[in-house]
Amino acid sequence: MTTAPSRIRVVDINGVMRVEFTDRDILDEGSIRQISSELIRAIESAKPPLVLICFEGVEHLSSAALGTLITVNSLIKKRGGQLRLSNIKPSIYEVFVITKLNKLFQSFDTAEKAMQGFGRG
Amino acid sequence: MATTQGDREGSIDLVEESRAIEAIQRRIDAVLAELNYAEQARFGIRLSLEEAIMNGFHHGNQKDPRKSLTVRWVVTPEVATFHVTDQGEGFDPDAIPDPTLDENLEIPSGRGIMLIRTYMSGATYHAPGNHIEMHYRKPPRS
Repeated sequence: MTTAPSRIRVVDINGVMRVEFTDRDILDEGSIRQISSELIRAIESAKPPLVLICFEGVEHLSSAALGTLITVNSLIKKRGGQLRLSNIKPSIYEVFVITKLNKLFQSFDTAEKAMQGFGRG
Repeated sequence: MATTQGDREGSIDLVEESRAIEAIQRRIDAVLAELNYAEQARFGIRLSLEEAIMNGFHHGNQKDPRKSLTVRWVVTPEVATFHVTDQGEGFDPDAIPDPTLDENLEIPSGRGIMLIRTYMSGATYHAPGNHIEMHYRKPPRS
């Protein structure tokens, strides 16, 4: 039996879980399902989960990936945490704007800006 | 997977297998690049195709692994047309609630068709609703 390689990298920075993706394209159902379960597992281990998802290097994103972000955001909120997004390419940010999900998520130009004041409101 | 033919025009039967879907996306994107479709147009076409294919497998074929889906395409220097046909019973795309309303923002699904309608120049579901035809037309040169 082989284990699929991880599709996210998680680094703890001063209590904030910084997540990056290993794929350029987050489109197909199989990888999104894997990303979702890896993210949920990571979030469930943090109290409260302060999560920064950095989209550096991501070129494509489907509505199924947006669905995973929504699910993850709800779980983080339920556990008293906070989710921030950063480094979203303009073409992908446009998908957030079209779907109006830019109203649901807090996003920042860079991971450094997203880290400022994280967890303090 | 069944047949592929030509570059600018072709048809392929797919089962839900990410490598095959990725391969056809790359093949179509190469044709679009060759015909000088703008990067933003290629982004939207790729996203729309992905959404149409995923909708077909999930909502059309109900994830039945015995069912396949056909993608047909014709790409000219001006217009790229795609047909995605699943083996399901079809559905009414207008019955999907508006995902951009505040009360629906936290619902994780239901955004694929609105993305297709936004990025493509036109999209039509043919009765009984298991066949979407969509096209992208290059904007006129200024």
